[in-house]
Amino acid sequence: MTSSAPSVAQLVSRLREGDARAAGRLITLLENDGGGASEALSLLHPLGGRAHVIGVTGAPGTGKSTLVDKLVALARTQGRTVGVVAVDPSSPFTGGAVLGDRIRMQRIATDPGVFVRSLATRGALGGLSRATGDAVAVLDAMGKDMIFVETVGVGQDEVDVVKTADTVVLVTAPSLGDEIQAFKSGIMEIGDVFVVNKADLPGADQAAVEIESALSLAEEAHGASPRWRPPVLRTDASRGEGAKEVLSACGRHWAWLAEAGGLAQRRASKREAEILDLARERVAQWARSDPQARTLLAALAREVAQRRIDARNAASVLLSRFRE
Amino acid sequence: MGKLKGSRRDRPDPSAIAPRSDARAPGGRSPPSPPLSADALRASATTRPRRILVAKPGLDGHDRGAKVIARALSDAGFEVIYTGLRQTPEQIAAAAVQEDVDAVALSILSGAHMALFPRVLELLRERDAGDIPVVGGGVIPEDDARELKRAGVREIFGPGTSTQEIVAFFRKELDAA
Repeated sequence: MTSSAPSVAQLVSRLREGDARAAGRLITLLENDGGGASEALSLLHPLGGRAHVIGVTGAPGTGKSTLVDKLVALARTQGRTVGVVAVDPSSPFTGGAVLGDRIRMQRIATDPGVFVRSLATRGALGGLSRATGDAVAVLDAMGKDMIFVETVGVGQDEVDVVKTADTVVLVTAPSLGDEIQAFKSGIMEIGDVFVVNKADLPGADQAAVEIESALSLAEEAHGASPRWRPPVLRTDASRGEGAKEVLSACGRHWAWLAEAGGLAQRRASKREAEILDLARERVAQWARSDPQARTLLAALAREVAQRRIDARNAASVLLSRFRE
Repeated sequence: MGKLKGSRRDRPDPSAIAPRSDARAPGGRSPPSPPLSADALRASATTRPRRILVAKPGLDGHDRGAKVIARALSDAGFEVIYTGLRQTPEQIAAAAVQEDVDAVALSILSGAHMALFPRVLELLRERDAGDIPVVGGGVIPEDDARELKRAGVREIFGPGTSTQEIVAFFRKELDAA
């Protein structure tokens, strides 16, 4: 038993030696955003950037966890170390959650080359937990070659996984019927690899054809050449069929990103969004916690309500106070 | 692990003290309330939930009890990592470390508790995680329960224990709200 809690720096150095206990604790530290979180991030950040981050998303029940389990097992046979961050929803009523993604990841559970962490959304919208990026940063710094991020079952616009992942695998299943339509108009744009899982069920071919045709429409609209043409693959994840093709498509996408110089650009544009999110959050936090800011905000709100100033200008006033 | 965990959990969430928007429009009509931001949802729905691993070691296939406990703990605001049936002690210890849980709850009905519980404790200690409390439930004779508690199992819940008792135990043990 440890006698005292290790420091953040000690945890990070143990992490670099591959210590799972340190990894687990660091993720908790970041998820709870407590003391030491910014120190941890500043130590972790320079260590990362090497891992191929693969997001796996799709509607509930399409077989994301099962597919991830198979992809991880396959990546391990190729000698690569793997991290998994699996997100499940928190109850909006109780704040509790049952995180069950490990149920389908039994085989990989005791492999020291694999680290699986389940996260609850804790009220975050968009299909991920707010700590997802932090968990990825920890596993990246730990030296994992590939990191799979499995989102909650998503609908149409829960596309936050693109902010974290280099490659997005979009999973659907034939039984979804009309949902294919929704899938087309909404989440379709973020997929780099499309998977029709449960391909043993009737309707799989049609689903694949529909995706193909939507993709070629998009291609006609935007012009094909420098863009990545997402492959549409059929799998039966419960039996492991097609997993190999999915993993190699991810590998091709990764190589394409590196070759076309798109990787640095893609990551930079995502970091831009992340910085803006954080900056927005910080301003909001300041406006709610700083006593003077709260007074100003309340006064501005009254002014806006009484039509003496509009909300945009009020926001400018608030921002200029923040700059001081 | 006291220090690291204690410090972050007791930290008040600044958004929790956000002023209510109660400004009334001149016409006497309340302005529509703004949709809850993800921030506000986080603050209201969850205050740093504690994480509990619920696992079923051994070869019996009866997971109803474990599922009921998982559900009750989740309804009480805990984050439950549920791993399903037939877990080896190695799988349980690895999951507890990776998930960095605040407690491990084991359900066992096969009679193999005297072998499996101490093994889980031993593996946790090997992984520098001997400080994670382990509790057990199932058909466990009183003599065995006493011995397991001497060996380091924090609590044993026998048949007939209500879910409220178990929730209350974890609230107290993990010092949650």
